[in-house]
Amino acid sequence: MNPSAPQPERPSSSRRRFIKHGIALGAALAAGRAAPAPAQSRPAPDDPSKVVGGPMLPYGERSRFEEALREKGPPSMPDEWGGNFTPLGEMLGTITPSALHFEVCRGGVPTIDPKKHRLLIHGMVDRPLILTIDEIRRLPSTSRILFLECAGNTRSGWQAPMAPSVQFTHGLTSCTEWTGVALSLLLREAGAGKSASWIVAEGADATGNERSIPMAKAMDDVLVAYGQNGEALRPGNGYPLRLIVPGWEGNINTKWLRRIKVVDSPYMTRMESPDHTSLMPDGKARQFLFVMEAKSVITFPSGAQRLPGLGFYEIKGLAWSGRGLVRRVEVSADGGKTWRDAKLQAPLLRFAHARFRLDWRWDGREAVLQSRCTDETGYVQPTLAELVKVRGVNSIYHNNAIQSWKVAADGIVHNVHV
Amino acid sequence: MAPFEHPPKSDCAGEAGARTCPYSPSPPLGRRTPGVVAAGLLLLVAGVGPPAALAQLPTYGVGRPPTVEEVKAWDLTIPPDGQGLPQGSGTAALGKPIYAQRCASCHGDKGEDPKYRVLTGGRRTLTAAELPKNVDWLLGGEPALTIGSFWQYATTLWSYINRSQPFDEPGSLRADEVYAVTAYLLHLNGVIGENDVIDAKTLPQVKMPNRDGFVPDARPDVGKTAGTRKR
Repeated sequence: MNPSAPQPERPSSSRRRFIKHGIALGAALAAGRAAPAPAQSRPAPDDPSKVVGGPMLPYGERSRFEEALREKGPPSMPDEWGGNFTPLGEMLGTITPSALHFEVCRGGVPTIDPKKHRLLIHGMVDRPLILTIDEIRRLPSTSRILFLECAGNTRSGWQAPMAPSVQFTHGLTSCTEWTGVALSLLLREAGAGKSASWIVAEGADATGNERSIPMAKAMDDVLVAYGQNGEALRPGNGYPLRLIVPGWEGNINTKWLRRIKVVDSPYMTRMESPDHTSLMPDGKARQFLFVMEAKSVITFPSGAQRLPGLGFYEIKGLAWSGRGLVRRVEVSADGGKTWRDAKLQAPLLRFAHARFRLDWRWDGREAVLQSRCTDETGYVQPTLAELVKVRGVNSIYHNNAIQSWKVAADGIVHNVHV
Repeated sequence: MAPFEHPPKSDCAGEAGARTCPYSPSPPLGRRTPGVVAAGLLLLVAGVGPPAALAQLPTYGVGRPPTVEEVKAWDLTIPPDGQGLPQGSGTAALGKPIYAQRCASCHGDKGEDPKYRVLTGGRRTLTAAELPKNVDWLLGGEPALTIGSFWQYATTLWSYINRSQPFDEPGSLRADEVYAVTAYLLHLNGVIGENDVIDAKTLPQVKMPNRDGFVPDARPDVGKTAGTRKR
């Protein structure tokens, strides 16, 4: 790389700069969040080729010079309740490291001994079943790379561009290789009744997080997962067992899964009757909004980052669709007046994050960067105005609008509505 | 944990070990006797499918049947028809002191505290131009969707309190206490009277004010694919 070429400033240092300059929102969240103590405490030598290095570790850690962290919000809520946002602005490629995968909890992260954990399948079945984790691991397994997005991702953006960075506008989506057993296999094993039309899934945590899922989806492509990126699930992502429901809102992907009841109607649980419904302008609320519609966001340059100077940059971002493949991503640098096709990283996978990139030369003038994606159904990611025209601003969930980032003349990037 | 540490097991093994199997799982294909496979082939050749009962048998035979007690301990989710509600009852009058002791510190004396989730008020605000909002830079402008203004079913309230509340002691209320706190919250929202008895029979009969306030997903609702959703 040409050392004289302008390099984008590290996002973490730009975040520090942002806080230093008194952006209260970011500061409020960052307060009290010190970086973890470095495990590799040796000083970095001037010339690492002249010194014997450190020991190899049984369980690896990232370089102590890497600082990307999830951040939890909202600050007003207890530690056990809320979202833990993936720092999308610092993520590379398409896979989210397990340690940085977003989490949403409403009753804390439970401590579960896998030897004691059980999955119960009952209700309208010929043979109620109870299985240990070891027994589930004996069954034929499969792995799939899939995005997972919280239905409330980007919820702060309906009325005003309030969140300062892509971590907080879009950080409740991540992408992982999940490994587990097809739910259809387990339902067949239990002899799920032909008249059954729904299942109810429940977690083993303090809130239970019960959700009803139509049988057609349950028998289609749902996974009972125990693996995340090649190892066991992380505790905050459902250890030792969770549902993975490709393309559907995060909350239905029941973590800490302990029970599946086969039933003939939805149970209207806390998380699907008052919550995860969307209030429309006429006072009616839409219910059972399962699919995460096509969405994309530029992760660099994005809010709270800073471009150090004029010249070349690679615009980078992520696109995904709960209806399958991302077919196209276009990028605008003039607030949506003109668009250019971005390059899409192969292989493109259904229900997975797609990485897009586009060469760009910043001329130093104010620019508004946007991305919009098109999925395999022909659906084009809408503008916020298009969504608001139909849904108003009180629907909370499923905001998949085009995101706008304004690069100011000083190089600092801001979240804006245009 | 070790990824896989099973000795070979019988068809109905697992936790139950050699316990008698209440149903007869078909053995894995590799262990079927040639005669059985041949008979199956013969049926296929003859154009006759396997008997329906045979097709319903489990393929892997892993796991065991749960005990009645195991199902009862976990089968707590209550659907709108009230199926599974336990014995017991309560009234708002009985629920008021329980609520004051176990719930009010988070939700306010009358469910009015928006700190975590406002539980009362907000009636007839769903179509107002300016809904009461709890504006948070991360949550956005959140309309006041309370039990009285928004919830569809009283069973949801009972089920959630029983399974998950209070926040710091989830699942610690007895059935009578859950009925009473449910009654108190319904009363605070003007849905029932102070001395109306809420039990397994009356709870599913409570008609919530916003019971009919829900419509199906209408997406895609913008762009050229709007209205193309298949149902």
